[in-house]
Amino acid sequence: MEPSSFLNELWMARSALGAGLICTIGVSAAAISGGTLLGLLLGVSLAEGPMPLRFVCRAYVDLLRGTPVLVLVLAAFYVPSTFGLNLDALSAGILALTLFCGAHVGEIVRGALQSIPPGQTEAGRSIGLTYPQILAYVLLPQAFRAILPTWINTGAELVKASSLLSIIGVGDVLLKVQEIIGRNFLSLDFYMLAGACYLAINFAIEQFGKAAERRLAPQ
Amino acid sequence: MGYTVNFTAVWGSFDKLMAGLALGLGLAIAAVLMGSVIGLAVGFASVSPIRWVRTTASLYVTVFRNLPILVIVLVAYFALPDLGISLDKYTSFILSLGIYAGAYLAEVFRAGLLSIPKGVVEAGRAIGLTRLQTNFYVIAPIMLRNALPALGSTMISLFKDTSIAAVIAIPELTFQARKINTETFRVVESWSVAAGLYVATCFLLAAGLRRLERQFPKF
Repeated sequence: MEPSSFLNELWMARSALGAGLICTIGVSAAAISGGTLLGLLLGVSLAEGPMPLRFVCRAYVDLLRGTPVLVLVLAAFYVPSTFGLNLDALSAGILALTLFCGAHVGEIVRGALQSIPPGQTEAGRSIGLTYPQILAYVLLPQAFRAILPTWINTGAELVKASSLLSIIGVGDVLLKVQEIIGRNFLSLDFYMLAGACYLAINFAIEQFGKAAERRLAPQ
Repeated sequence: MGYTVNFTAVWGSFDKLMAGLALGLGLAIAAVLMGSVIGLAVGFASVSPIRWVRTTASLYVTVFRNLPILVIVLVAYFALPDLGISLDKYTSFILSLGIYAGAYLAEVFRAGLLSIPKGVVEAGRAIGLTRLQTNFYVIAPIMLRNALPALGSTMISLFKDTSIAAVIAIPELTFQARKINTETFRVVESWSVAAGLYVATCFLLAAGLRRLERQFPKF
């Protein structure tokens, strides 16, 4: 386990590791974007929607937030094929993470919308805005600032959760590292390397979040 | 297509699922206890007047909050033996989850500490308590009460994280569900029952914690 052999192995594995990193980042980015869209819809429905819609969304959010991500990932991998829908591991994994992210973002958006005083909606209505306009110009911009820190946090959690996709065989950075360890048995070194990759990605997300918060801070 | 739902196989192994659920709860409780000890130490360290103590505490929190729990579990189980530390799977999982929990609980306790009004601490000092006594009799009880809601949600999310123990073959709920799935191909039934059990347990835990919060009036 001398350092030269680690560096040697690292150099040999560079393309596999690079592919793994791109996979982790791509999967997380896809799930965060999809989940945020889904979460916006859910959050608006939860805060403003009519009773039956609110009930359905509440059930969805509570079910998904109460289930471990690993169970969601395994269910998304095994269940669709019984209904003739053959998803490969990558799509199943992205699906599970998106549904999970959507539930969390939905709850965050609901909280932010409900914390806006009702006077804002009334003011919007009294100057003649339609409901979609009130949502787009009055409520969502205000909610956005409240959402940002928690949303960034959810993003970092999602990057961590994406490591679970290695269990169903998605070639993310953790699976690549496990394959490399299977060849050279340098388990400590390469697991540490995998850890460092996740730390680096999340550090970047955190810095992005801080920069965005500074920009959006009220003057 | 043509999938007929049949719960017989799942009910036949329902006792195993319940045993898995109990095991998961046990693991979560052990991890919360260990995490609380770490979290208290790191939490107090993060408000220490000594600079290097604060830096070390914040380094611990940043590193372990941003590492996926799966990576920590794999390191503890597969890589630590390289250093001559061989732990059985239960010990290594509780250790991993406890260290991970410690980082989250440190943030919870830190927020609790910062929420304590200065006057209370000064009053303690004024009636002649030593620093240690003030920490123990004045600060700790108020902090624990203020931290209770966040402590509860961390506990629930740790319970969900015990699903990852399935990866190192600890026979908890997810492991059992996956076993039923691969042995009987009752895909929909095994995953829906497992998810239902997780959701129900989280719901009960949340209800119990709300009751506990009502028992102690907020400071």
